[in-house]
Amino acid sequence: MLRIFQRIRRTGHLTEPLPPTEREFAQLGVACQREIARRFQRSLAIRMVDAGSCNGCELEMHAVNNSYYDIERFGLHFVASPRHADLLLVTGVVSRHMEEALRRTWVATPAPKLVVAMGDCAACGGEFGVSYASCGPVSAVIPVDAVIPGCPPSPLQLLNGLLQLLQRR
Amino acid sequence: MSRIQTKNVSSGRVSDLSRDLIQTGQAEALPPWPGLQAQVQLPSDNWGVAAENAVRSGLRWAAVWGDHRPPAIQIFALLFGCDGHLLLQTHVSDQQPELPSQTPAYPAANRPERHLSDMLGLRWRGHPDARRWTRHQAWPADVWPLRREFDCQTLPPGPTPGDCDYPFVPVAGAGVYEIPVGPVHAGIIEPGHFRFQALGEEILRLEEHLGYVHRGVEKIAVGRDAAGLLRLAARVSGDSSIAHSWAAAQALERALAVEVPRRALHWRAILAERERIANHLGDIGAICNDVGFAFAQVQLSRQRELWQRRNFAAFGHRLLMDTLVPGGVAREPDAELIAALRRDGDALRTEVADLLPLLLEYPSLQDRLRDTGILRPDQARRYGVVGYVGRASNLQDDLRRDAPYAPYENLTIEVPAYAEGDVAKRVRVRGEEILVSLTLIDQLLERLPQGPLATPCNTRGRAVEGLGLVEGWRGETLAYVRLDATGRVERYFPRDPSWLSWPALEILLDGVIVPDFPVCNKSVNASYAGQDL
Ligand code: SF4
Repeated sequence: MLRIFQRIRRTGHLTEPLPPTEREFAQLGVACQREIARRFQRSLAIRMVDAGSCNGCELEMHAVNNSYYDIERFGLHFVASPRHADLLLVTGVVSRHMEEALRRTWVATPAPKLVVAMGDCAACGGEFGVSYASCGPVSAVIPVDAVIPGCPPSPLQLLNGLLQLLQRR
Repeated sequence: MSRIQTKNVSSGRVSDLSRDLIQTGQAEALPPWPGLQAQVQLPSDNWGVAAENAVRSGLRWAAVWGDHRPPAIQIFALLFGCDGHLLLQTHVSDQQPELPSQTPAYPAANRPERHLSDMLGLRWRGHPDARRWTRHQAWPADVWPLRREFDCQTLPPGPTPGDCDYPFVPVAGAGVYEIPVGPVHAGIIEPGHFRFQALGEEILRLEEHLGYVHRGVEKIAVGRDAAGLLRLAARVSGDSSIAHSWAAAQALERALAVEVPRRALHWRAILAERERIANHLGDIGAICNDVGFAFAQVQLSRQRELWQRRNFAAFGHRLLMDTLVPGGVAREPDAELIAALRRDGDALRTEVADLLPLLLEYPSLQDRLRDTGILRPDQARRYGVVGYVGRASNLQDDLRRDAPYAPYENLTIEVPAYAEGDVAKRVRVRGEEILVSLTLIDQLLERLPQGPLATPCNTRGRAVEGLGLVEGWRGETLAYVRLDATGRVERYFPRDPSWLSWPALEILLDGVIVPDFPVCNKSVNASYAGQDL
């Protein structure tokens, strides 16, 4: 136990100040936090839905929770059920086998709700497009409020995309 | 029993089996494709018997796939023994596409054969399970997307309904209840359906229903050029972008007899080891987190992030996508970044060497991981499980050591393996593999040969086919590629190791309590996308 505490002390506090080159991003972050405070009781609940992703987008979604990005400090956090969510973060080209599940998840999310399509697949079909097996972008199945391009979007692009959407609304 | 096991590879020899098959008149010898030990052509009626012989010789069954070449369907199956790979091939007519199943001999063939029934319309005599596998409701039972005449753009008339009537095997008895989970899960994870049958806290049976992320990979590959194929291969399973792109590139290059420059091969191996390390770091943390030990998650996700940032700086992509091109690699880091890669390696070695004993000795953590989710060595062997899941159950096969391909043939590969087969050992194997990979990266950088980064690949002129086989971080990863004379893909089949580890998850849950499912699942971490295709 002691070794664990020592280790924690040695590792110290890691959360970085936003990169100095991203001043616009930093301002956006603060503005967004204000927005979340005003409209979402200081917390925006996100439910992710993999609708046909290669799992690359999910890996970067995990990354925004690591100590370097720590997305929760802006009031954004991931929840286990669409019924608890304000925002659906959808990844992947929508496979036909996930089409109905995505629609039902959207119905299960209480209004008012936001939908963000994360990654090139979800935004425009990406490498997979429309075929017998996939419906194409998320907007072919449910209404989408914002898209975040990238394959996959980096944690910074993801955060930036979310913040921009919130500021816009 | 908690010691590293000595070297132990799938016991039989494929050359013995192929010789027996040929001598008894059951098969004809074919000149083996590059990378294979032997290759034989069988009449389709001998397909099942060949598998029975193979299982008796102690060979591991690795894959089956098919290729529609009207009026025939070619079928291939791959076996592995201590002397390398044996490819069996046969054909049936597309009007009468029926042949004996290999599933009675090798249970691992169960789902791959059903995938072929759904995708190519094959009918397997003696298959114990007649249910569909990959097909849900998006196309009817008498339509097969991998048939030549099927147009990839055949769209269903309206929205595709949910797959609500999949006939799960029922379990009856007083007090037995079912828990349906998915396809949309609670975590940040891929979709799939799990049907638990439980009695009290204990899982009596888990049945997986996958196929939700079927994106038609095999079909949309058709018509691509070599570069387009590699872009797709990098996205078969996003966590295995190097494994799949290397397998596909190797298949192409072997088919075209292209010699990849040694320098590029070193970079490919470095990328593959970096991919292994990144995934092991993330998953060990996540496994510990699944039993409430957040400390490990915080520490290891921090290391993973640093590793990914370096991926971006040195290779241009955090997940290393699109770093491989036909004939070589797309780019390489400059001298300053190469020095940084070496410094990172040293730093990570210190971190992991410090953390690993801490995790492996911490009683409250080990209490949850030890004896949880046991896959016995005989079960692992029966199901031909590969990668760290196999190694924790002493099925060691590691192509880098046991069927080495360039540049691994000049390196010594340590393969950590144990016999307990529980979550704790899967974690341990993965932790130790990080250290092995760090050593390999060091050696590969140390001996980086001079020379170009790629050989031009001329794909035009003749139709070719070939097989790529690499050891991805999840285990043996295969790609079959066939090009037509204009250099366009006619057939691409990537076999992710997850085809072999998903069935293992069902077995190792026997008697596990429901709350331990997440940690068992994570300790296997099979890919949904890689198996759904
Ligand atoms: S956008 Fe790229 S990383 Fe994301 S799911 Fe699609 S292929 Fe994978």
